[in-house]
Amino acid sequence: MTRQQSHKLAKMLITVISALVVVPIVFVILFVFYHGVSALSWEFLTAPPTNGMTEGGIGPALLGTVILTFLTAIVAMPFGVAAAIYLAEYAGDNRLTRWVRLAIVNLAGIPSVVYGLFGLGVFVLFFGFGTSIIAGGLTLGIMTLPVVISTSEEAILSVPQHFRTVSLSLGATQWQTIRHQVLPHALPGILTGVILGLGRAAGETAPILFTVAAFYLPELPKSIFDQTMALPYHLYVIATQVPGMPLEIQYGTALVLLLIVLSLTLVATPVRTSMRRRREW
Amino acid sequence: MNKIEVRNFSFFYGDFRALKNLNLPIRKNKITALIGPSGCGKSTFLRSLNRMNDTISGTRAEGEMLMDGKNIYDPDVDVVELRQRVGMVFQRPNPFPQSIFDNVAFGPRVLSTASNGDLDQIVQESLERAALWNDVKHRLTDSAFALNPGQQQRLCIARAIAVKPEVILMDEPASALDPVATLKIEELMRVLAVDYTIVVVTHNMQQAARVSHFTGFFWLGELVEFGVTSDLFSNPQKELTESYITGRRG
Repeated sequence: MTRQQSHKLAKMLITVISALVVVPIVFVILFVFYHGVSALSWEFLTAPPTNGMTEGGIGPALLGTVILTFLTAIVAMPFGVAAAIYLAEYAGDNRLTRWVRLAIVNLAGIPSVVYGLFGLGVFVLFFGFGTSIIAGGLTLGIMTLPVVISTSEEAILSVPQHFRTVSLSLGATQWQTIRHQVLPHALPGILTGVILGLGRAAGETAPILFTVAAFYLPELPKSIFDQTMALPYHLYVIATQVPGMPLEIQYGTALVLLLIVLSLTLVATPVRTSMRRRREW
Repeated sequence: MNKIEVRNFSFFYGDFRALKNLNLPIRKNKITALIGPSGCGKSTFLRSLNRMNDTISGTRAEGEMLMDGKNIYDPDVDVVELRQRVGMVFQRPNPFPQSIFDNVAFGPRVLSTASNGDLDQIVQESLERAALWNDVKHRLTDSAFALNPGQQQRLCIARAIAVKPEVILMDEPASALDPVATLKIEELMRVLAVDYTIVVVTHNMQQAARVSHFTGFFWLGELVEFGVTSDLFSNPQKELTESYITGRRG
């Protein structure tokens, strides 16, 4: 085989393998869509489950997941962005910052069920929140932190250094420099990280299992100290714990969850590209 | 009259001594040019005058830089305030990715030296002083990147003027510009020297000879020779200076 032939062969193989990566993703989406789309209706999205969950809709679970995702953002965003600013702008290279960085890397690698148990131990029992939205939101928030921190730090570091130099040379303080010349330009990257993190949090079952999710709770929560149903856990329940469950409802529920996560990812992409297009350096 | 008096000043990057025991005056409302080969310390010296080197970790200064009699390296000096008094223009035109107006207004805004009505006034004055007002007065809200490089550099000068500095440091301000834009910058420097003390680093010896009143020649972190520009170029006292300005060394 000549060099040119082996080049062509390698290129072809790599292209085919890359294309194959797409297949399972597309297959899963189409499969769930095909089986679940007939269940979708306004009624299905808003009504509570009835008759031992074999009829009715997923309203309380859907609302619960929306609330939990919102709470996750409230927890993960300020802490994550603040930590990223510290690491990117203020922290030098010393023992403390090495520990902080190591902790973040390790946080990202912890299995989600461990976060669930941590949430149970700390928020449910130690702080006495009980199984509640606040306990679940905090748990999901902490789980999402590493993603938010590392993507935000990367976004902040990608802002050209001379913006900072010029700003400081004009008599701005370091905080004014960060606030006016760094964060605005880092924002697209930060938002992308937050949204992708939320997408993951919205679909997680293990962290909410012990901290917030109710097996069956037809009423809507009245405060953040109440329990709530949530889509991932609801899906687990109706897929494994309820005998005689209609397939249509199972796939319909899976489809809604999939759509939530996908739409978060799909929102993140245009947000980033439209903000990128506006930048000129 | 001396605006700044440098006394026994040394500067270190870690263990490396980049500036060695410098002594020179910076005359008020005059243009002082610093010449020398790359890596001779002239930019380090320039960045010592507004303490921008402080932002690099592992650096250290020794000796004194007295501005109006007060050592700017004294512990009680507010660096942020110092940088407002000593402005800087960089080698490459580097406007912020914002409108022309917002670029000039950035300094006054963060210093809150102006109410909103005054801000228009300050922006106009600064652009006029930078000889850019007539080019941009009808498009202040356009992006600064819509300007050509020479205009961008004058915008950066306007941005530096807007915070009302006393000293303006210029780090090879024309090296990224074409000859016409370069001459405009030089013209502007002469006009600005009426109100400001200017220190300019340049690789271009003709430029130093054309615009400056005083010239210092740096070599390997030392100030080899300092004097009135015309004297230094026509009658250098040191052989090293002569061989550098005649192009035999460098």
